[in-house]
Amino acid sequence: MGKFKKSSGTSQEIPTAALPDIIFMLLFFFMVTTVMRETELLVEQHLPRATQLSKIERKSLVSYIYIGPPKNAATFGTEPKIQVNDVFITPKDVVQFVNTEKDKLSEVERDQITMSMKVDIEAKMGIVADVQQELREANARKVLYSSLQGMDNQ
Amino acid sequence: MASKKNRPSTEVNAGSMADIAFLLLIFFLVTTTMANDKGIAMLLPPKPDPNQPPPEVKENDRNIFKIQANSKDLLLVEDEPLTDVEELKPMIKEFILNFGRPSEDAMQVYNDLPAPMKSFVSAYGRKSTSSDGPDKAIVSFKADRGTSYELYITVLDEVNAAYNEVYGERIGKTAQEFLQLDQKDPEQKKLYDQARSGMPRAISIAEPTKIGG
Repeated sequence: MGKFKKSSGTSQEIPTAALPDIIFMLLFFFMVTTVMRETELLVEQHLPRATQLSKIERKSLVSYIYIGPPKNAATFGTEPKIQVNDVFITPKDVVQFVNTEKDKLSEVERDQITMSMKVDIEAKMGIVADVQQELREANARKVLYSSLQGMDNQ
Repeated sequence: MASKKNRPSTEVNAGSMADIAFLLLIFFLVTTTMANDKGIAMLLPPKPDPNQPPPEVKENDRNIFKIQANSKDLLLVEDEPLTDVEELKPMIKEFILNFGRPSEDAMQVYNDLPAPMKSFVSAYGRKSTSSDGPDKAIVSFKADRGTSYELYITVLDEVNAAYNEVYGERIGKTAQEFLQLDQKDPEQKKLYDQARSGMPRAISIAEPTKIGG
């Protein structure tokens, strides 16, 4: 009994030894569930809303094309432009871009490349059609029109 | 011996560990975005062979459901103006599920339909002026270069919704449940194939016109 009496002298501090573990857990969660922002957007991106969305199966097969009015309107004007990686390109350069992206993939996967088109709702079909024409030329036929989940009105 | 009394503890001081982890956590929070890449999937037609003339269109006019959009975002559906885009879905569903002059394959599809769909077809799907059968039906969408991308996606979404709802109904699911079928799972893949058999998702996106009118 005497042994137990001694323990009454414990300190009143809250044990914080588990705190780093909790924070690490959070850290790993965010590291796993998030992706690095690959490019800095130079164009406005207000994606359209749609209801019939499908997910991308394999992220490594996806390349992105951004289309929209430039953010820096004073320098680049207000007409929608095409952006890949960190630069603006013309529709003619799309084939070259697709080929560089295809080179990054292994040979068996090259035909499965998916182009994710992130197009601003302000853009007109003309520029989108030009890009699609070039994508057909480059034999990158799988296209995903990136959109947000909209209201389902059934 | 006196120094033994105030010897510091042998444990490594881990108090700042939390701070370091916090710093990393905040770094990742700021530099990353949630993976939210979803969209409408489409397969573009292969590029035309320059040595071969474009194939002549043999399809009957009744088998093609025509949607046209001009640069003022006005729609022309089956040569009639349409103001409400949401009316498209029921129209397309009726068009796909029309058995005007069904081939043998189309009869097979009809026989496999669940009962409520059969009665729907009996009620609306016997028009000889509409598509011959689900295997023949094509939805064609032609936009102008001046059409807004927003309208293009809205129409494409409606057309896809019509198809997905028909596919879903065939296997007793909703359109969303049909979309979420995982094709890597053999059982779900079977359902998916069953829903799509004999009913190709024939959406034709024509090259935009340059009229601008």
